[in-house]
Amino acid sequence: MPRSDETGLDRRAVVAELLRDPADTPGGELLVVTGLGSTTYDAGAAGDRAENFYLWGAMGGAAMIGLGVALAQPTRRVLVLTGDGEALMGMGALSTIAARAPANLSIAVMDNGQFAETGHQPSHTSLGTDLAAVAAACGWKTTLTATTMAQVTTLRPRLRREVLFAVVKISPADVPRFLPPRDAAALSVRFRAALGIAAD
Amino acid sequence: MTATSWQDGVYVALKKAGVRQIAYVPDAGHSRLIELAHADNDMHVVVCTTEEEGVALAAGAHLGGQRACLLMQSSGVGNTINMIGLPTTMHAPFLTLITMRGEWGEFNGWQVPMGSATETVLKAMGVHVKRADSKDEVVDMVAASASLAFGSAIPVAVLFSQRLIGAKVFVKEAE
Repeated sequence: MPRSDETGLDRRAVVAELLRDPADTPGGELLVVTGLGSTTYDAGAAGDRAENFYLWGAMGGAAMIGLGVALAQPTRRVLVLTGDGEALMGMGALSTIAARAPANLSIAVMDNGQFAETGHQPSHTSLGTDLAAVAAACGWKTTLTATTMAQVTTLRPRLRREVLFAVVKISPADVPRFLPPRDAAALSVRFRAALGIAAD
Repeated sequence: MTATSWQDGVYVALKKAGVRQIAYVPDAGHSRLIELAHADNDMHVVVCTTEEEGVALAAGAHLGGQRACLLMQSSGVGNTINMIGLPTTMHAPFLTLITMRGEWGEFNGWQVPMGSATETVLKAMGVHVKRADSKDEVVDMVAASASLAFGSAIPVAVLFSQRLIGAKVFVKEAE
């Protein structure tokens, strides 16, 4: 099977652009849930913040964690930022979320067509699966695929104001490691504190 | 089902515990709870395609400041095992109510392997497991388990035994 070509966008530049100026979000600072693997590193590299919840495990769970946050915080905007492998593992969640249709949740999938973390094995998105088409078939009203930085720039405000499922085609090239905090209890406490939630 | 069934009592216990999100993969034994949840404008109800989605939803609910409960049957427990590491690692509460299959009077042998292993695999993941065998104890058990889960921020499962919910009837006697 052919590997993805190496002409995709630089993932760090894409994520830095999508997460830029998080205060420019209706209802307050953008809430971000990242998926296990490279999107966790990308979001950390873009600037660690309390409103980021990074997954270092729980593969396939990012979108549903985002839904739990979105239902609990209806006045805030939630962005699930994940990779193609993580999204594929939780593909049923696309159906579950579309059925519930929260007004404050968007998903952006950084798609390099590979399981980069484990040795660049081709993923299903380079073997025939079109995740934006899957999301549309699950009932997401607006889905799109971005292939240029100009489109990514346009995407940034839309992800915070609409209900979008977006795929961004990124290069599978390796980028320098950036490891954000991975103590899940500490990440949880600071995320909740940033939302003003009192400890139980 | 009458308005005074034990399932109604269980729903009241969940409400008193402050549960605001209910995730479920349907089971006949949970049908009254699911019906009550859907009729409750103050409850976010999420039907899942697979049970681990509900575990992740509950973790997100905690991050957002709400309490959640996952309703599933024992066969679904196998689907949740890796995801149960999420609330455990976060030190987040997790409450699940599980209807048992594959034990008391089971007709369908396909339900037996996972039903037999349910308690063992949950405990292997660090879940505190309670088991309700009679309707006299089930409401208090859910209330106490909710207190344990949300108060101590630990994973707790309540098993509704097949004897309690009644074995599934596939072919009615009249047929």
